[in-house]
Amino acid sequence: MLEISSNIENIFYLLSASLFIIGLKRLASPATARNGNRLASVGMLIAIIITILKYTNTNFEWIIIGFFIGGILGLVLSRYVQMTAMPQLVAVFNAFGGGASALVAIYQLMYSREPITGTFTLASIAFATVIGSLTFTGSFIAFGKLQGIVSTRPILLPLRNYLNLILLIAIIAFAIALSIPNISSINFLYILIGLSLIVGLLIVIPIGGADMPVVVALLNSYSGIAGAGAGFVLNNPVLIISGSLVGASGLILTRIMTKAMNRSLANVMLGGIGVEDGSTQSGSDENRPVKSLNTEDAAMILGYAESVIFVPGYGLAVAQAQHQINELANLLKDKGTNVKYAIHPVAGRMPGHMNVLLAEANVPYDELKDLDEINSEFDRTDVAVVVGANDVTNPTARTDSSSPIYGMPILNVDRAKSVIVLKRSMASGFAGVENELFFLEKTNMLFGDAKDSIEGMTREIRDLD
Amino acid sequence: MDLISLIIIFALSLFIGYEVITKVPPTLHTPLMSGSNAISGIVIVGAIIIASNANGLLSTILSVFAVILATINVVGGFMVTDRMLAMFKKSKSKE
Repeated sequence: MLEISSNIENIFYLLSASLFIIGLKRLASPATARNGNRLASVGMLIAIIITILKYTNTNFEWIIIGFFIGGILGLVLSRYVQMTAMPQLVAVFNAFGGGASALVAIYQLMYSREPITGTFTLASIAFATVIGSLTFTGSFIAFGKLQGIVSTRPILLPLRNYLNLILLIAIIAFAIALSIPNISSINFLYILIGLSLIVGLLIVIPIGGADMPVVVALLNSYSGIAGAGAGFVLNNPVLIISGSLVGASGLILTRIMTKAMNRSLANVMLGGIGVEDGSTQSGSDENRPVKSLNTEDAAMILGYAESVIFVPGYGLAVAQAQHQINELANLLKDKGTNVKYAIHPVAGRMPGHMNVLLAEANVPYDELKDLDEINSEFDRTDVAVVVGANDVTNPTARTDSSSPIYGMPILNVDRAKSVIVLKRSMASGFAGVENELFFLEKTNMLFGDAKDSIEGMTREIRDLD
Repeated sequence: MDLISLIIIFALSLFIGYEVITKVPPTLHTPLMSGSNAISGIVIVGAIIIASNANGLLSTILSVFAVILATINVVGGFMVTDRMLAMFKKSKSKE
């Protein structure tokens, strides 16, 4: 512990915060992003060192042990996680971030040297505890759903909205009670912890698999906001700045995701798409004819196409077929075919999921086009190959105002000259809506595991020459 | 710091966050999330401060646990982001 004035301390925190901001700014381009991430990590190191120098006196060895355990775990997680499992990892990190913030706030009320009496500090403790705790349990449920441990179907408890409302009112009441110095009691904190942990479970349980990008982004935001709350508890500006940066980031991503689904955040959080109106769509005939083909025919179509757009979805991640798709794309490119990828904002289980998978397989990022860039190109494209995407390609979203996904921005795959859809079976997508794309005259279904199908096509195309 | 300064810092940071993050392209949204996980690991500062004050068994366990959680976020978040960003490559023909 050194004698460091709080001015000096705050100057270093300002330096850290500046490095975080510059680091995030450098994420504006893949060319500078890696450097930006490193700058941010230097900022973190500075903040950690100045904090230890100023505050740590007695428990230095315990803190080092904490660093050691956390560091090893972080190292192992980051080193060995598969790119397909990135949403799970982010969910776990959200949980830890929220949990750490809640612990800091809880600790302050339980063990702070001087008893805390200020209304604002008490309110901050309540806030950081509530947000941090519900982020903690909510993120673990999200993790369980992404990992397939918890059912990915929306689980709807009876009267859940009333239950949530009652819990919410109770949380607000106890938070206010905790914040009034005259009646404040540590017991209110314990009640708040319990209620928030339950709310975290309840808000994520009803949310289905394909809505996970929204939930993961929202919990990301909460983990930041909880950190900012902990900053108010400790009067610490660097926590407030960094927490709000992360909070803003998560909120922006959440909004991008909900916009890409044409739904409101409330609609996603209250759950239910594909449940109330999805399970059996009226008027849809189970046995409508589709055209299916084998890998040989598919290779024929692809082999003679001049332009091809791949449309990856969650099925690509499930089949772990990102390397195979790149191999196929490279083969086509060598033959002079123009190849691009169309990435819908909610393809996969978290924002940018497909981009990372394809980057792992060495697909250059400038071949990945988002919705606005690519949609005008489909009608000039010979073949669109849909790999494990469903709802985001359904033309009913444009035309049928009675459809649950009506108005959702989709990839205009149906405007390509011909379409090949790689799919396991004819099961409907998450929204429970039949995809009209599959029944078009120009569409051919290639049933089976995406990885096998792509490998098969690659082999057949090689044999064409 | 006094309360009003902290609130001003909070509000301005939200604006900065909004301006900076809206410029991140969709292709980098996953690294953005894992990177911001790492940055929200800044709560490690708070964890260090409380751990430095702890002087009972339970309080030490609680605070060191907070240090562990935050360290996982910091180390894991920055490293996995770096691992991902190393994979993003531009196509060779256009260089």
